[in-house]
Amino acid sequence: MLKTRLALFTLALLTTSAASAQTLRIGLAEDPDVLDPHRARTYVGRIVFTALCDKLIDISPKLEFVPQLATSWSYNDDQTELTFKLRDGVTFQDGSKFDAEAVKANIERAMTLPDSNRKSELSSVDSVEVVDPQTATIKLKQPDATLLATLSDRAGMMLAPAAFADGKEFSQNPVCSGPYKFVQRVQNDRIELEKYDGYWDAEAFPIEAITYLPITDATVKLANLKAGDIDMLERLAPTDVPSVKGDTSLDFVPVTGLGYGSIRFNTNNGERSKKPAGANKLVRQAFQAAIGRDVIDQVAGNGIFPPAQQPFPPSSPYHSDKFPVTTRDVDKAKALLEEAGEPNPSFELVFGTGSANQQLAELIQAMAAEAGFQITLRATQFAAMQQEMEQGNFDAAMINWSGRVDPDGNIHQFVTCNGNLNDSKYCNEDVDKALNAARLTSDVEKRKALYDQAQTILQQDLPLVYTYYQPWPFVLNKNVTGFEPYPDGMVRLKGMNVE
Amino acid sequence: MAELILRRVLVAIPTIIIVSMLVFALQKLLPGDPALLIAGEERDPKVVEFIREKYHLNDPVPVQYGYWVMNVLTGDFGISLRTDTPVTTLVAQKLPVTIQLAVMAMIIALLVGVPAGILSAVRKGTVTDYVANVVALSGLSIPNFWLGILLIFLVSVQLGWLPASGYVPPSEDLWLSIETMLMPAFVLGTALAATLMRHTRSAMIGILRSDYIRTARAKGLRQNKVVYKHALRNALVPIVTLMTLLFGELLGGAVLTEQIFTIPGFGKLVVDAVFTRDYQVVQGIVLCTAIGFIVMNLFADILYILINPRLRGA
Repeated sequence: MLKTRLALFTLALLTTSAASAQTLRIGLAEDPDVLDPHRARTYVGRIVFTALCDKLIDISPKLEFVPQLATSWSYNDDQTELTFKLRDGVTFQDGSKFDAEAVKANIERAMTLPDSNRKSELSSVDSVEVVDPQTATIKLKQPDATLLATLSDRAGMMLAPAAFADGKEFSQNPVCSGPYKFVQRVQNDRIELEKYDGYWDAEAFPIEAITYLPITDATVKLANLKAGDIDMLERLAPTDVPSVKGDTSLDFVPVTGLGYGSIRFNTNNGERSKKPAGANKLVRQAFQAAIGRDVIDQVAGNGIFPPAQQPFPPSSPYHSDKFPVTTRDVDKAKALLEEAGEPNPSFELVFGTGSANQQLAELIQAMAAEAGFQITLRATQFAAMQQEMEQGNFDAAMINWSGRVDPDGNIHQFVTCNGNLNDSKYCNEDVDKALNAARLTSDVEKRKALYDQAQTILQQDLPLVYTYYQPWPFVLNKNVTGFEPYPDGMVRLKGMNVE
Repeated sequence: MAELILRRVLVAIPTIIIVSMLVFALQKLLPGDPALLIAGEERDPKVVEFIREKYHLNDPVPVQYGYWVMNVLTGDFGISLRTDTPVTTLVAQKLPVTIQLAVMAMIIALLVGVPAGILSAVRKGTVTDYVANVVALSGLSIPNFWLGILLIFLVSVQLGWLPASGYVPPSEDLWLSIETMLMPAFVLGTALAATLMRHTRSAMIGILRSDYIRTARAKGLRQNKVVYKHALRNALVPIVTLMTLLFGELLGGAVLTEQIFTIPGFGKLVVDAVFTRDYQVVQGIVLCTAIGFIVMNLFADILYILINPRLRGA
């Protein structure tokens, strides 16, 4: 009895290790949402789509656009038509052919699906024209400098039209054009993909299968990696950085992302904006001088929270030298408060629950207190905070933005008068003008000048105080090779292998 | 017996209705707007409005509840607002997991708790009794999440004996499935074992003092026979009741333990669903759990009668 059991046990061990040699197991910090690129909204969902669904174009680590399903693209002279030449010989995971008709069907679905989260991203698109099977032209209502970036993300992912035809729940059985196809999903437990042999570049993907495992507890996620039960993880907790760096069996691969952490002040949204911190920009300038972003990086981030002064990360061509990171200066902060006539301004800072947020908020509270600020802290669940902010029921909020490839996504909707995410209801005509103009031209130099123009005002008014750039800290077992981190925090599997 | 079951089932119906109403109402008291959460970071106003319409979030709460009941009565338990997965699929995926965890935890609790209780009752006042009591007290006081993380570090990371977390279905690999579930079952089981031990002990102590046990001993019966044949059988009545009730609770999902060991059971599902305001999932799971608990209660009654012949006539 014992012998058979032992034999069975060994057999089980052998079979599992044989299988896992071909499988990459990735630990995710949360369970992805709906597996439909046109409706999805989470970062972890995008990680899964990166393997599942190819896009018209991709980005390079330096945020340039590179071919994926489209081999080349060009604008017409007045920038109202964007024409894509499509790759030949590409098939969807159901074997059907990828062509210009499919591009048209996909863009139209992303624009018309009632609960599409891509609608506003594609609002400049008027129609899609099929020129020939390998050529598609997107016609625009007006020039849109953000469109290429949009199409390098979920809005540019190509789904098999048969899989979203009438009455089919795409999300329950997604069929796309990427190197790995959907096998199964158990909510809160796992998402399994396997290699699609008909992929146009299949040789570049040696890994046979991918399993994504959502593990919400950061400590347990790391323990799984150390025990060899997963091969890599995303978003290491900053507190675990020293222990991972000291572990020779692990590779620590952090990359500075496109998003940022920020303190958002209620400057103009209801009664609560009338407090000194909301009403007087001198108070906000004092707050900025009182907090040390380098301290935040060292203490709360363990060195992986690069200080941020502006919404564009250093990897972006729109990152400007004109706005260096403010160094901590308590005397200057006190002087500014003196000038404002508010030596001890008080406000409430809300933040999403979680020990990392709590620590960061306490740090900010303590630093600001040295200059005379009286900040009360309130942790609240994210869902509640979002609603309170929209209703103007906040003084200041600590909130992150996951970041976009195009600079517009990191700034426009937060500070323009009618911006969808402008919970501060901050409004300045000159800022609006500059940011709207920056949407219409794709000339990098001209756009950068416009963003600098807007930022010159914003850096004085400070409706948002940026604190750090959001890192994507990956940890891999040494047996995983070929991983290259990108600022968008995606796991691109091309060239990766498990030894 | 049949009458008893019928009566219990009839009583259960209003209970389930009240539970579902309460849970629905409580969820609506939670701050935060499900539509905002579903619409994501961008929260396009048009999308938010569409979602509110689609899930009747603009209607008064009783009307929303009405929609839910109507759908349930036609067999439609709704879908997860977060992932589109039908609630029935979710229940079908999670129920076996939760049952497996509950059964394994119960076995561990039984194997440890009942013998320890008997032992400490028989040797009342000795060192054995004290040790057993201290262990039981620690079992009750040690928080599950703490013991869980500690075990993961010791058994999985340091020793590499068991998988750190996750779940493998028994159909895929029975042995690996048991291995993966062993630590969480142990964490849950030890806490239950402590409760069982305390109850077994007090039941046994009471019975060992009774007259018929004295008679049995006077007859010259051996200790083992007295304890196991005469005393234990009567002591079992409260223990079995307790066990079935504890099992009913386990079917509701072990929130902390499932979270720590990333077990995709009811507990983890329902917590995630509450956080994401995925109210149809919460409703579905609570309904299932309530039914499970009521069934276990009924089961306890039946067992009670089977063990105690005096109740058979009643």
